[in-house]
Amino acid sequence: MTTAPQNTSAQHSRSDVAGNGPLLEVKDLHVEFRTKHGVAQAINGLNFTLEAGETLAILGESGSGKSVTAQTIMGILDMPPGHIAGGEIRYRGQDLLAMKPEQRRRLRGVSISMIFQDALSSLNPVLPVGWQIAEMFRVHQKMRRRPARQRAIELMRRVGIPAAERRVGDYPHQFSGGMRQRIMIAMAIALNPDVLIADEPTTALDVTVQAQVMRLLKELQTENNMGLILITHDLGVVADVADKIAVMYAGRVMEAADVYDIYARPGHPYTQGLLESLPRIDAAGERLNAIPGLPPSLTDMPPGCPFSPRCPYATDLCRSELPGLLPIVAEHTSACHFRDDMYRGRLQTPEEAQA
Amino acid sequence: MSPSSTPEAALPEESPEVVLEVEDLVKHFPLKEGLIFKRQTGAVQAVDGVSFQLRRGETLGIVGESGCGKSTLAKLLMRLEEPDSGAVRFRGEDFLAMRGEALRRMRRKIQIIFQDPYTSLNPRMSVGDIVAEPFKLHPEAKPAIGVRKRVKELLDVVGLNPDHINRYPHQFSGGQRQRIGIARGLALNPDVIICDEPVSALDVSVQAQVMNLLKDLQGEFGMSYIFIAHDLSVVRHISDRLAVMYLGKLAELGTDHELYGAPAHPYTQALLSAVPVPDPTMRGQRQEIVLQGDPPNPADPPSGCRFRTRCWKATEICITEEPELIVRPGVTQQVACHHAEPNTAVSAEDH
Repeated sequence: MTTAPQNTSAQHSRSDVAGNGPLLEVKDLHVEFRTKHGVAQAINGLNFTLEAGETLAILGESGSGKSVTAQTIMGILDMPPGHIAGGEIRYRGQDLLAMKPEQRRRLRGVSISMIFQDALSSLNPVLPVGWQIAEMFRVHQKMRRRPARQRAIELMRRVGIPAAERRVGDYPHQFSGGMRQRIMIAMAIALNPDVLIADEPTTALDVTVQAQVMRLLKELQTENNMGLILITHDLGVVADVADKIAVMYAGRVMEAADVYDIYARPGHPYTQGLLESLPRIDAAGERLNAIPGLPPSLTDMPPGCPFSPRCPYATDLCRSELPGLLPIVAEHTSACHFRDDMYRGRLQTPEEAQA
Repeated sequence: MSPSSTPEAALPEESPEVVLEVEDLVKHFPLKEGLIFKRQTGAVQAVDGVSFQLRRGETLGIVGESGCGKSTLAKLLMRLEEPDSGAVRFRGEDFLAMRGEALRRMRRKIQIIFQDPYTSLNPRMSVGDIVAEPFKLHPEAKPAIGVRKRVKELLDVVGLNPDHINRYPHQFSGGQRQRIGIARGLALNPDVIICDEPVSALDVSVQAQVMNLLKDLQGEFGMSYIFIAHDLSVVRHISDRLAVMYLGKLAELGTDHELYGAPAHPYTQALLSAVPVPDPTMRGQRQEIVLQGDPPNPADPPSGCRFRTRCWKATEICITEEPELIVRPGVTQQVACHHAEPNTAVSAEDH
């Protein structure tokens, strides 16, 4: 996502990190996994920017590299087998990948924070939740136990846990899935981060609880003017909350645009395929337009466009040459050779063109 | 939920025969305490009085959140769990009373497809053996053309390459594994297939492939589906009728059009309004009902109406009297709510 830097981030500067530029900027990031079966290219040249107060949704299916992106930004990627093969991740102009581990640790959880999908396995089962939330204050701010615990109670109240004073000493298994996710959110926002990465925050939750949690995240974002990266596979959730979207496939951004534009006029056949294959609650259609085939193996990428084996519009050009992520109109980029025709709804399959 | 309140109104005229009839099915799991002398201290009321009918060639969707008892219901219908009380009739025969040979023969007629294609296939068996296993258990159903040939046919029907018959489950993707599970379910030509969350572990693009396959197979072989899922969009896509479950009971039962167009139970309304629509221009256009809190503990459900603790319409009568699942004034579907009222503001009918 290559938007021009806006000056919204200036109003929310932090004393410990100087520098300017967008809040978070990822430039040409490459991540690979070196396994005994070969090198799996999980991320192949990822670009996007995030401003304060903005919600960027990274949308993709399993294996598209969306979670690896989150882990790389947070600096929690398992290395080895993971390996960052190139690129930059700039937080307020400073390259995170060039920092010393000590420096990065000071940012992690403080300036850039993360919520994981599975709250039950992300919380420590043998420690009370209040202790785990208070740990943020004790470790990062050297706060004493009692005031830290008080802050933990306040946070639990803020994220909507009933009877927080009573429940501060309870253990994770004593909470429901939705409540555990709220505790994770409390930990993530404890130190007022600038960037919050939410990796499938509601996937494990029921729809009614999902609505509660998404509403809470949105409120907290507005309160703290956070930049939110929402990683998800759910096109419905994205349509509800995102400002802009990056659609990932096989470790690349296939299309990036403003949320309204991308749903109305997809500029990439993959995005169109995703939207059409979705069963919609407001339409009892007969047959879904499924995308045929499977995503490519990351250890054995097809030449040319990675979507070409499944794309109805693919030509010889697509099978030999990799399309770049280039603009169609301002703020809308697509990695398709036929992005303009796609966007304007003029693209024909080779069979249609012959007829 | 008396048998007399069975939903004739919700069914189309001249509908095909009833294949499966479920009446007041109950399953409670006892909770025990004590190390040596176990005493029963309560019971999780997983399924508590569920009744419905399934007709030939029809798909009945069952939706509900985790813990509402929908998977227990599936197990009861398969007789993988024995119910405490109630009746299941298969083509008029009492399925629950069957024993021995009669039961074994009946089992051929009801098959199940599981949620998780990664754990429901034996990793040490080849695909050919997995799909052929039903014939081993039911030798009388062995195909005349030979088992191996029939297995290849089945693989072809579900869209897998018949030449892959000797491969093992790990060599297939999630969607392909689900197809193997479907081929196994089809092997004995069942009349009813219970699909327990068959697509929830799959990616969107693959999910659509599997749903299309299920629909095509139904068109070809005419079996009935009970389609259990938590995703209302998925259920809507495949179901003719729909049952909404909450804490072991049915809250609402009606046709696809009735329930998605004008849901009358507050819980159905909340569920519908909570489903995100993949269209950003709909932001703020639909009425949003965000429920407070979590579902209550099924071991200790509220008195009267089970939904009343989260319901904005709850009054005195909801505490004292349990609402029956009947057709109520103003609606055509069956609703278990004292204050049933169709709500079109949360309607999911074509915008």
